[in-house]
Amino acid sequence: MEEIGLWLGAFFTLGIISFLYKDNPWYKISESVFVGVSAGYWFIVSFWDNLYGKLFVGVFENQDYILLVGGVFGVMMLLRLLPKGGWISRWPLAFIVGAISGFYLMNYFSSNVMKQVYSTMLPLFSNEFGEPVFSASVADSVGTIMVAVGTFAGLIYFFFSKEHKGVFGGAAKFGIWVIMVTFGASFGYTVMSRMSLLIGRMYFIFGEWLKLIE
Amino acid sequence: MIDSENSNKSAIFFVSIILSVFLPVLPAISQEAVDSADSSAGDPVAVFVPEPPRNVTAVDHNYDRGENVDVSWDLSVDDTSAMFLGYDVYRRAEGEGEFKLIGTVPAGVDTLQDRSTKADTGYVYKVVARTAQGEAPPVITERVVPDLEMVNFKLWNVFLIGLFVSGAVIFFISHAKRGKKLFIRKIAGLEAIDDAIGRATEMGRSILFIPGINDMDDVQTIAGITILGRVARVVADYEISINMPVARSIVLATARETIKEAYASAGRPDSYNDDMVRYITDEQFGYVAAVDGIMVRDKPATCFYLGAFFAESLILAETGNSIGAIQIAGTAMPAQLPFFVAACDFTLIGEELFAASAYLSNEPRQLGSLKGQDVGKLAAMVAIALGMLGTTFVEIWDSSFVDDFNWFIHRLFSIVS
Repeated sequence: MEEIGLWLGAFFTLGIISFLYKDNPWYKISESVFVGVSAGYWFIVSFWDNLYGKLFVGVFENQDYILLVGGVFGVMMLLRLLPKGGWISRWPLAFIVGAISGFYLMNYFSSNVMKQVYSTMLPLFSNEFGEPVFSASVADSVGTIMVAVGTFAGLIYFFFSKEHKGVFGGAAKFGIWVIMVTFGASFGYTVMSRMSLLIGRMYFIFGEWLKLIE
Repeated sequence: MIDSENSNKSAIFFVSIILSVFLPVLPAISQEAVDSADSSAGDPVAVFVPEPPRNVTAVDHNYDRGENVDVSWDLSVDDTSAMFLGYDVYRRAEGEGEFKLIGTVPAGVDTLQDRSTKADTGYVYKVVARTAQGEAPPVITERVVPDLEMVNFKLWNVFLIGLFVSGAVIFFISHAKRGKKLFIRKIAGLEAIDDAIGRATEMGRSILFIPGINDMDDVQTIAGITILGRVARVVADYEISINMPVARSIVLATARETIKEAYASAGRPDSYNDDMVRYITDEQFGYVAAVDGIMVRDKPATCFYLGAFFAESLILAETGNSIGAIQIAGTAMPAQLPFFVAACDFTLIGEELFAASAYLSNEPRQLGSLKGQDVGKLAAMVAIALGMLGTTFVEIWDSSFVDDFNWFIHRLFSIVS
């Protein structure tokens, strides 16, 4: 059984990789099996994790009746399948979108704004807040000043109220340069991590399947 | 039969000899063993039992939903001993018969936060100091009943800053409502949307819209769906087809409603059909494999990638590039933006994605909101500058004002849980 799984894994891995050449029947088979199996898998996971594990167990075993609200919303969503009951499904959708926007507002505000601002408030001539002033090397201080200037320039780029012209435009241009340099570094880093995924698949083919690698 | 009798006789003979030799010795051996045991029982053995911790308390953690209790104690006097291992903390909830171990902390640690309590339930805690050889007598706390607190007053700074930004937004919205014109600079990626749809119309091909792979609990998906409304409206006007494969069921329902409404508002409700939005699978790479297949088979003229993306971003954008589609992407995922910038024609970077709905609608209230957010950014820049100066000068000038100001500006932007 394990051997069959190994051969199927190799068959579908090569099928997906064959897309690099062009769209072909082998890829289409692999794609359809992948999509079908994963959709079925997620259906089962959703059923046992959510419908049974959370709703059924929560309501009937833990008497957590607030979960029934979610259950009722789920039923309301399904009413869209009825020709005349479709409008009812808009209510849970409106609730989900509205509630989530409000719920995450403070989370995003604290993590994406406040923590970022706090972390940028570095002293110009020392390594970090609380360390003695002038304890940093020249390189450290240049780094801190670069972070500050880059942050200001980046924020200026994202100002929508003012045309990017003159000095303001120059700062915005510098800001987008800073962003692009950051993207470049991130690009290289991520490509390297993707290479490790490729190496993993190659190891599966040449090691586990073909046994060419010990 | 005869052989068997002989062998039995031989065995009895040998056993008799062995017994006759060793039997007189056996009592002596057993006596030695008993003596040895007696002597060892009489030796003084050093069993190190530590002193118990003192002042053990359990108090309700402030400003939470009643799910935390802070247990603390003064360290045992033997805490610094080399043989001291740590403290076991036990809990007994109301209605439970026995204490249950909830955690162990090493020597030198005098607190443990129980993060699994329920509001309005009574708990008693027991702390036991422990060495490898023994345990100190347990110390039991008073009963504690964690409360649910509706407001976390430690986050006053978040409230204050939120109030400031919200105030700015409300001010500019009311400003816009009074008929004042609000200027918003051009955003290239959004300007290109109409052109990209126009290109699809000229080529007689469809448009592919990917709203990312996260659910509706991600603001990026919500932003993507908001832009979808505008795109669908133009698509309905131009009478071309839109294809939208999705990876989440709630996104499926929301996208269908959005497109349906766009078609209705364009005066073409009959042109809408549910197949414009299709569910593929929740599995990330299964979804990508299917979308890649759709791209190379349908060859859409324009691809939109607007939402939350992960490792699939480059795969999708590269495939779209290979079929010659105009591509407009937008996400706030920092790790994926470089791929979209490299492979797409236009990319909405972070905030630009969220500004899209205001920009596209040109509606005064939304434009006012965008202006208010700009005030928030300006305030952030001022705060960063003041914070940097404060931390730099706090040790140069011996001034209580500088100290207080520096503390305030840092407290204003710190999250205290």
